[in-house]
Amino acid sequence: MTRLTAWFSEGRSTGKHTLPFVVILLSVTILASAANLFLPADSIFYVSTYTITLLGKYLCYAMLALAVDIIWGYCGILSLGHGAFFALGGYAMGMYLMRQIGDRGVYGNPLLPDFMVFLDWKELPWFWLGMDQFWFAMLMAVLVPGLLAFVFGWLAFRSRVTGVYLSIMTQALTYALLLAFFRNEMGFGGNNGLTDFKEILGFNLQADSTRVALFLITAILLAVIFVVSQKILSSRLGKVVLAIRDSESRSRFIGYRTDRYKVWLFVYSAVIAGIAGALYVPQVGIINPGEFSPINSIEMVIWVAVGGRGTLIGAVIGALLVNYAKTRFTAIMPDAWLFALGAMFVLVTLYLPKGLMGLYGQLKAKRNTVMNKESQA
Amino acid sequence: MSTLDSTREFFRRDQVWPFLAPEQAAVNVDNQVILYVEGLNLSFDGFKALNNLNLYVNDGELRCLIGANGAGKTTLMDVITGKTQCDSGTVFFGQNHNLLNKDEAEIAQLGIGRKFQKPTVFEEQTVFDNLELSLKTDKRVLPTLFSRLTPTQIDHIDEVLKTIGLAKHRFMLAGALSHGQKQWLEIGMLLVAEPRLLLIDEPVAGMTAQETERTAELLTSLAGERTVIVVEHDMEFVRSIARTVTVLHQGSVLAEGTMDQIQSNKDVIEVYLGEEAAAGEQA
Ligand SMILES: Nc1ncnc2c1ncn2[C@@H]1O[C@H](COP(=O)(O)OP(=O)(O)OP(=O)(O)O)[C@@H](O)[C@H]1O
Ligand SMILES: [Mg+2]
Repeated sequence: MTRLTAWFSEGRSTGKHTLPFVVILLSVTILASAANLFLPADSIFYVSTYTITLLGKYLCYAMLALAVDIIWGYCGILSLGHGAFFALGGYAMGMYLMRQIGDRGVYGNPLLPDFMVFLDWKELPWFWLGMDQFWFAMLMAVLVPGLLAFVFGWLAFRSRVTGVYLSIMTQALTYALLLAFFRNEMGFGGNNGLTDFKEILGFNLQADSTRVALFLITAILLAVIFVVSQKILSSRLGKVVLAIRDSESRSRFIGYRTDRYKVWLFVYSAVIAGIAGALYVPQVGIINPGEFSPINSIEMVIWVAVGGRGTLIGAVIGALLVNYAKTRFTAIMPDAWLFALGAMFVLVTLYLPKGLMGLYGQLKAKRNTVMNKESQA
Repeated sequence: MSTLDSTREFFRRDQVWPFLAPEQAAVNVDNQVILYVEGLNLSFDGFKALNNLNLYVNDGELRCLIGANGAGKTTLMDVITGKTQCDSGTVFFGQNHNLLNKDEAEIAQLGIGRKFQKPTVFEEQTVFDNLELSLKTDKRVLPTLFSRLTPTQIDHIDEVLKTIGLAKHRFMLAGALSHGQKQWLEIGMLLVAEPRLLLIDEPVAGMTAQETERTAELLTSLAGERTVIVVEHDMEFVRSIARTVTVLHQGSVLAEGTMDQIQSNKDVIEVYLGEEAAAGEQA
């Protein structure tokens, strides 16, 4: 009996989608990669490098959606500033890629990126030092978003800022960073951002094999993060997180320092967003301040809402579907996308409060009751 | 003093550095009193919810708090558990824990459990999870992440499930329970936490007569080992469990004593029981 109870209380978690998800994700990724590398371009099963890159981009968005869902769907903290963490991770990668250009830039300066030469700077600013080392840049890609999230979370959660005030603060955070990164004096390439990358770890970024490798790495990391997050959220910590979402004050009265839980979950989520950003930049080939724009952060929330918040799989599905729709839609009517997005959000909020995953759950429940009735009859 | 001496002093073997010392010293109840509330004042926009309130509760006692609506009973519990800051006064748990400079979580970890007037359980989680969350464990972030239920803990939860009569509903979502069952679950959450002091606000509201009786039994059995403070309007219930009753009126203590003493107390008859007594005479 005791064993059974333990098994139930641990096995009852929502982890049942994890294995199928990982298997599907990895097999699709491997098949697509193989189809790109080994099939001739005129084969009907050939997957173009453009498609590979597009898929890689979607997977980065899926990872980002996961980050938003962990904090919003599970802990009830509606962050409208996750784009900031994503962009910071992206900038860290961008700085590394910039320094890999070396003297192949337009101005041929071996040390300074083109935009600094253009601004007539004589030496590298201190925060660019060390960014030519891949490991250091990657460390920064997780450390900077994590640290920012820690400081922000510490201040906000300790003073018990919640709800809409917190959301507004996160918007202000990303907006402030947007304005800062627009400035040339900041040393991040201003308006144009960082681009014209040549290679990563010595591999040509334009080569098919590099693109495929980036795509594969993104998929693997997404799977790893998915599994780890699932583990975390189905531990007792996950239960505390849900408890905080549903009644924070009650959780305090049974002895949990809820502010600390929120800070650490926020940091974890920001680090995931940073990793997603770092994977995104080499695949799309550019990072500019536009990534900080408040509307981006709102879009992420919509992905999660559409897919179904509070389920990791829902966040991934939402990100993939909405971004696929966006690619399709902007090809036909570029200007109308924001309206379509808004309409989607309203519809989902009104009719599918639990998103597509909620709908799936309802349909399954209905089918089960019908089947039960039939078997009784 | 030489450097050597100061180094020796710093590395003394017979004591630990203050920041390494266990934060929670045991509750000191040498004077038999576990809760000291003295000169408590609290006003909401000029309205005095607590007015120079003094209250002492002995270790192991079962104390009933009664008083008309708005007398300040819930507010007193809010102050003790750190939910509300008071304007002036002192609240001590034992002789050594000043509760006024601690937050809700610290106070809970000291061993003060609370049941709310309006039952609040975690509706999206199962009955079992609700109890697991309330267990008396290390509640810091990392230990919580890596914690596993031990067989002893599971047995303990099972036992409590039996006591509160929810053994059959252990995997049911707490939100799907009836009002009375939620009350029981909340009492169960108190029990698994094994607190030293229980503050229970209107436990029998929404319970059937039978359930009320069982609650009375449970609370009386808890007293002795634990200290219990119960707020209740149901006079029948109070009469069945009370040893000492404290009457609150307009934010301060009006009378204190056994149920009989209280019932014959003039002031009390006037302001509280008066209405009931008058109603009784009319009937
Ligand atoms: N946050 C608050 N802001 C303003 N007034 C408050 C607040 N909390 C309580 N009060 C007031 O303080 C008074 C005491 O309230 P309290 O809830 O302690 O009464 P009570 O004795 O628990 O009554 P009941 O038997 O109805 O539960 C009430 O008049 C209430 O309106
Ligand atoms: Mg009350």
